[in-house]
Amino acid sequence: MTDIGKQTTSLRLLSVIDTLARPILLILVSAVDRILTPIQRRVGIDRMGYFFVLPNLIIFGIFVLFPMLLNFYYAMTGGTKLFPADRPFVGLGNFETLFDCEDFLSPNSCQEDLFWRGIFNTIQYVILQVSGIVLFSLATALVLNRRIMARGFFRSVFFYPVLLSPVVVALIWKWVLQHEGVLNAIVEILGGESKRWLLDPNWAMFWVVFVSVWALMGFYTLILLAGLQSIPPELYEASSIDGANTWQDFRFVTLPLLMPTMFVVLVLSLIRAVQMFDQIFVLTGGGPGTRTQLMVQYIYTTGFSNQIQLFGLSAAASMVLGVSLLILTLLQLRLGNQSSLS
Amino acid sequence: MRKVLVLLVIMTLLASALPAMSQDMVELRIRWYNDGNEGEVLRDLLDRFETDNPDISVEIDTVPYSAILENLPLDLAAGEGPDMARVTDLGGLAQYYLDMTPYLSDPAYWEENFGPFLNWKRLGDDDSSIPGFMTQLTITGPFINRTLFEQAGVDVPSDMSDSVTWEEWAAASVAVAEALEIPYPMAMDRSGHRFAGPAISMGAMYFDDMGHPTVMDEGFRNMAELFVNWHLDGTMHPEMWPLSEGYAGANEEFANAELVFYMSGSWQVGQFSEQIGDAFDWQTVPNPCGPGGCTGMPGGAALVGIGATEHPEEVTRVMEYLASQEVLGEFAARTLFIPAHAGLSSAGVDFDTDLQLAKDSLGVFVGQVGTLEQTAFDLQAYAYNRNVFNASRDRLTQAMVGELTLDEAIERIQDDVDTALAEVSG
Repeated sequence: MTDIGKQTTSLRLLSVIDTLARPILLILVSAVDRILTPIQRRVGIDRMGYFFVLPNLIIFGIFVLFPMLLNFYYAMTGGTKLFPADRPFVGLGNFETLFDCEDFLSPNSCQEDLFWRGIFNTIQYVILQVSGIVLFSLATALVLNRRIMARGFFRSVFFYPVLLSPVVVALIWKWVLQHEGVLNAIVEILGGESKRWLLDPNWAMFWVVFVSVWALMGFYTLILLAGLQSIPPELYEASSIDGANTWQDFRFVTLPLLMPTMFVVLVLSLIRAVQMFDQIFVLTGGGPGTRTQLMVQYIYTTGFSNQIQLFGLSAAASMVLGVSLLILTLLQLRLGNQSSLS
Repeated sequence: MRKVLVLLVIMTLLASALPAMSQDMVELRIRWYNDGNEGEVLRDLLDRFETDNPDISVEIDTVPYSAILENLPLDLAAGEGPDMARVTDLGGLAQYYLDMTPYLSDPAYWEENFGPFLNWKRLGDDDSSIPGFMTQLTITGPFINRTLFEQAGVDVPSDMSDSVTWEEWAAASVAVAEALEIPYPMAMDRSGHRFAGPAISMGAMYFDDMGHPTVMDEGFRNMAELFVNWHLDGTMHPEMWPLSEGYAGANEEFANAELVFYMSGSWQVGQFSEQIGDAFDWQTVPNPCGPGGCTGMPGGAALVGIGATEHPEEVTRVMEYLASQEVLGEFAARTLFIPAHAGLSSAGVDFDTDLQLAKDSLGVFVGQVGTLEQTAFDLQAYAYNRNVFNASRDRLTQAMVGELTLDEAIERIQDDVDTALAEVSG
């Protein structure tokens, strides 16, 4: 069939659909109109916006706002009972417990030493993981944006780990990194000495970061790739005419225009890094000892996995985490706004 | 039109009759976990019960053991638990149990046969409630790979003495591992409960004069020191405790003959019978000794009725059936579990296995009941024992990796226990 023939068939099909759908649509519109018109008359056209966002607000209120308020209340209560009404009010007692430290830089001097170990581990993990994600995703996106051989194949390869569940990722790498694992087998073939990679505190943090960068960078690479492809090629042509080299292209064209996308990547990866739990839980269990135990694991252990479940302390710790995340995001927004203004 | 109307009437009648029919049938749910084949055996026993009792249907919801420890307490606290559950935190969940006494046809049978273990499931001053029965009695104790000892030409210490110390077992296990280049001389389940037996053997008291839990004594410290040092020098499996969260076992390593000495418990016999069979000679040896005795820890799992059930009478009927000597005897025989039932203990259980290794191991565990120290029974009966066990497990792990010194770790265990108990009483 020729192109003109195909177009004619499509137009006919559209015309049939239009004929059939039009009356149904008209009925629907008139029904909705009957409901909305009296409401609009009552509340006025300016306030109709609220009406339209109301369903979403209700869902947000039930599933986000209410749990947040409940968490706030739990943080102000003690005891081990589950129902809020049965829990004694302790005010800021749980926060005092969390912040009861002789020296904030030495977790062992704190009453809740595991909370502070969680904070320090989280800070270290976030800095290393987010930097790794941004750098490696950017480098990969830049390479995959070029006309290289088998570009589609490589894009799929880098994206593939994103499709895996975090638990599967952690199990795969656990088998690779354990003492009788694949990595040690390779090291021994190359004449090296096998090592307990996850038992060494420094290596453990390195591998935890490495595995999460490996698992997640495909997603951020995809976002950056989309950002790179939205940069008009004319700008590169112009800079080329001006005699710019590759580095100058990157520094003065790519980077400034990619900055909004980079900012999205930074915010998303930061939030994800602070919330990290499942992957590390399976890979190292937070160990060796508590070396890779992050804040979220502390919250989980305190609130759920101990026999005597301290919901109040756990809720207070989650509030500290939430507030820290909020401050970080606001700071990033501010910096982002400043950089886009400049 | 008339036909349509008739059809509609019939359908309406059928639809209204269906719920009425199903109302006659009571559906009960059991929250269950498996160590071996016990879920399968239970299903088989319940199928027979359902045939004889068509008004009751019992569904088994099998969950991971961690869900029994972590999710079940929350469900029970929220009043949304099952009708029955298999639990190991016997005293910790006691507030949620159903007292079946008013519904039981013969409460004396329960007192007579389950008497010593009913207290484990009771709260405070309660000395009369009957919430359920033990599906098995467990005893912690070590397994060894005798074949490895023979191959290495090292004598099995328990062949030469009735009271082998922990240090002697460690030396022998290291000798075997070095001779055969076996990766792990010793391993212990990552559990404070497993650690408690050896600690009591070394003299740990676990309770002060006021009955408050304590780990601040020489006995506890001595075992903790040995245990931490064995992790540092490679005598103990170096990764299992430091690189896990919660419980971890070394079943695979033992079954793969990569481990010489494995401190675990009687519930493994069924699994080892299936996994290892007679591929090598594995056996249970008596608990090692110290100045405080040669004790393991008693324990076990219980099937309990849940107080929030809407069908207490039906729950009791199911429990009476499962706890009857004949049915429980069959359950024990087929699962290779040691029964916690006086009648069965005196009559003996003919375990359903042709494997002599399994029968011998069960025999050793049964023989260990008499060597258990009173402290071990007291600790098992203590409602908040898991609070002590978990703190011991987690803080000793920190000492193994150098985050805390041993003394700091012991102080932290005590702090953790005291803080949590203060919340309970507050």
